[in-house]
Amino acid sequence: MAETLLHRIAHARAGDKGNRLNISLIAYDPALYETLRDQVTVEAVTAHFRHRTPSAVVRHELPKLHAMNFVLDGVLDGGVTQALNLDAHGKCLSFHLLDLKVTVPEALIHLIR
Amino acid sequence: MPVQSIRVGSGAGFSGDRIDAAQPVVRELMTGDGPTALMFETLGERTLALAQLRRRENPDLGYEPKLAAILQPILPDCLKAGITILGNFGAGNPPAAGRLIDGLMAKAGLNGRIAVITGDDLLQADGLEVLRAHCPDLPDEKLLISANAYLGAEPLAQAMAEGADIVVTGRVADPSLALAPMIHHLGWATDDWDRLAQGTMAGHLLECGAQVTGGYFADPGLKDVPNIEEATFPIATMNADGSFVIGKPAGGGLVDRRTVTEQLLYEVHDPSGYLTPDVAADITGAEIVELGGDRVRVDGIRGHARPETLKVTVCFDGGWIGEGEISYIGPNAAARARLAGEMVRRRAPQSLKLRFDLIGVMSVLADDGGAAWQDFAPDEAAARDVRLRVAMSGPDKDSVERGLQEIEALYCTGPAAGGGIRLSSRRRISTISCFVPREAARPRIDMLEARHG
Repeated sequence: MAETLLHRIAHARAGDKGNRLNISLIAYDPALYETLRDQVTVEAVTAHFRHRTPSAVVRHELPKLHAMNFVLDGVLDGGVTQALNLDAHGKCLSFHLLDLKVTVPEALIHLIR
Repeated sequence: MPVQSIRVGSGAGFSGDRIDAAQPVVRELMTGDGPTALMFETLGERTLALAQLRRRENPDLGYEPKLAAILQPILPDCLKAGITILGNFGAGNPPAAGRLIDGLMAKAGLNGRIAVITGDDLLQADGLEVLRAHCPDLPDEKLLISANAYLGAEPLAQAMAEGADIVVTGRVADPSLALAPMIHHLGWATDDWDRLAQGTMAGHLLECGAQVTGGYFADPGLKDVPNIEEATFPIATMNADGSFVIGKPAGGGLVDRRTVTEQLLYEVHDPSGYLTPDVAADITGAEIVELGGDRVRVDGIRGHARPETLKVTVCFDGGWIGEGEISYIGPNAAARARLAGEMVRRRAPQSLKLRFDLIGVMSVLADDGGAAWQDFAPDEAAARDVRLRVAMSGPDKDSVERGLQEIEALYCTGPAAGGGIRLSSRRRISTISCFVPREAARPRIDMLEARHG
């Protein structure tokens, strides 16, 4: 097993609507999808974004796309029209998700980029 | 013979997009057979409110400010080659945008039919009553700036059936700009949910321009994009059966499985129910197949009956926002920046809401409340080049200007060696969304015959 950053096994994109942020998370290799599903749980994401005090975190699974879509409510300080953040959209936050540590099983270590 | 496929290109993905993006797309659309269309998506949530404010000041304004610059270079080719142009660049004043385009055509000696779509604006006619009934958080009437319902593809397709060469809209759902020419040319029924869903997601992939051709994507070493600064904008080839291919003209950028998957999920919440005025799309069964040569085939998207309501975005006066920055470098830089922030906190009007960032330590990760500073505890002492940013919001311009004044005064009254102050302020437009019955918006098509050739 090897510990690495999510950044090395998956890519992500953030989008906003009002005070709701979604972040897609896509495994670089379909074989890594299960690793994502096992470790990038609602609990892990909620903890990783705790400083943004999400009111709800939902994970949608898209196995055919070896992807997941996270929907985080209430994390944008009211959203693009209200927040005082330089990045009021939360556009940068996909790479905060990719900063999460994960453990990759021995058999898949060669897929770490 | 019925049409087997149509091509729809993207010329802009937002109001601030590259001004020369459409030209390679038009050149590509001019080659090959079959009907073609070019969509421009230039209308964000707040963009429309800003447009309404401009219209209030001058009834001839209120459309996309860059409209002439965007259309001028491509109008002759599009009209000559029969490339239908569809754009929400009418923003807060589609009729004025129609008149401007007529003027551009007069200058160039062109003929064509311009369709102006209105009916999305709920602050006109009896829309206010509908809003009161359906928007529980509707602010005081005096504060309202705009309230626009998202129209669907139907009136746009109807305008094309009536011979429109250019379709000018205000608020419509972004993907509907691409779906309309598909409905028109491929003869899809308005309850052919699976095909409408495929067409809607094709539009969704096009609507942000380069975001599917290598924009908003590059991550050096992991996701490299060739000639990124020359990324060409996307073209969807839609087949009569609803399957489609996303591609792009030769040039920089890339289209592959990764760019398409990222953009397919962009701003999507529940992937089994992506709602537009035209359809509820389910992308959980989507199949994405790389064909090579910057071409990706998409299929397997299912559709369900469209929602009974239309989404409305209400924009209203949200007071003012101000921002000020000052830099500190060398030993103890962060401590001096913090002290400067503390001085502003003590002296600025109490009515202001304030946020402090230390650019060079943490600039966007924190929440407005600042919980991240305890949570992540970044190493401030190590920072040697720190820029204090103070952001403030308040009910009126005066209090914000007063707060900014306290930042400017830091030059002579603040901690040692502060430099590079920049200040700015702007009106804040707040938004809420609500849902109204479909009948509340009554789309209307007005045709303008431009005969200048």
